[in-house]
Amino acid sequence: MSCNCNCQNMNRYMDMTEKDLLMQISQIQFVCVELNLYLDTHPDDEAAKKDYLSYSRMLHELIKTYEMQYWPLHGFGHSDTETGCWVYSEWPWD
Amino acid sequence: MWIYQKKTEFPVNITSPDPRMAKALMAQYGGPDSELGAATRYLTQRFTMPDDRVKAIVNDIGTEELAHWEMLGVMIFQCMRGASLCDIEEAGLLGYYTMHGKGVYPADPNGVPFTTAYIQSTGDPITDIVEDMAAEQKARTTYEHLMSLTDNPEIIAPLRFLREREVVHYQRFGEALSILQSRIPNNNAVPSKMGCPCKL
Repeated sequence: MSCNCNCQNMNRYMDMTEKDLLMQISQIQFVCVELNLYLDTHPDDEAAKKDYLSYSRMLHELIKTYEMQYWPLHGFGHSDTETGCWVYSEWPWD
Repeated sequence: MWIYQKKTEFPVNITSPDPRMAKALMAQYGGPDSELGAATRYLTQRFTMPDDRVKAIVNDIGTEELAHWEMLGVMIFQCMRGASLCDIEEAGLLGYYTMHGKGVYPADPNGVPFTTAYIQSTGDPITDIVEDMAAEQKARTTYEHLMSLTDNPEIIAPLRFLREREVVHYQRFGEALSILQSRIPNNNAVPSKMGCPCKL
C-alpha cells in the first residue's frame, strides 16, 4: 500500500507543537459544538449567533493552519492540503 | 451525510492496560443507555420531529453522540492494549476474550450484546423527547458509577467530560420539550378510523 506523497517515510507520531495545535482545535471546536446546540433551541439569539460565527472562523483558521503544516484532518474532499497523508497520519486510538 | 474528522472530540490517552475498567466501560459502548444507543435513538427519531428547532437539536446531539461512542471505543481499546491473559481472566473477561479477543464489541459489561430493542422511536415527538431526557440522565448516572470505580486520571478525565455532556444534552432536550408543548393544538385528538372511507 502506498500513496504519492512519500509520507510513509515521515514520523507518524505527533510532536508537542502538533499536539498543542490539535488541543487548541479541540477547545475551539468544543465552543462551537456548545454554541451550535444552544442555537438549535435558541435560533434567534443574536449574541450567540455572533459568537458562533467568530468561533467558527477561528476554528476554520486553526484547522487550515494544522492541515497545511501536518496532515489532513478530514476525508471525502474536506481537507484541501498537499501536506501529509490521510492514511498514514496517527489514528486517534493509537 | 457525515464527514469524519481524524481526532476524538476530547483527548483520550490511557497508557497502561486496565481490563477491569475495559469491562466496566462497555456499559457506555454497548449497554442500554450507551452512546451507541443514544446516537441511534436520536438519529432515528429525528425524521418525525415536527419543529425545525427540535429536528436540529435531535440531529446535532445524535451526531455528537457518535463522537462519544468513538471515545468509548478508544478507551476500551486502550484499556485492553497490552493486557495479559491472566489480567483479562481476573477481570472477568474470559468469555469476552474467547469470543472477541481484544477486539472492541458493542456489548454491556455482563456480555449482553447491544440491541436496538433498547431504543424507541414512537413517532410521537413528546414521547420520544421524554425518552431522550431519561436516556441522558441514565447515562449521567452510569458515568458517575464508572468514575467511582477508578482513580486513574487518564480514565477519569474523559469520563468527566462525557458526564458533563449528558447534563448539557438533558438541558437542550428539556428546551425541545417546551417547544413541542407550546405547539400542541387544542384539538390534539388521537387519529381515529371512525368515518374512514376504507371501511377496514
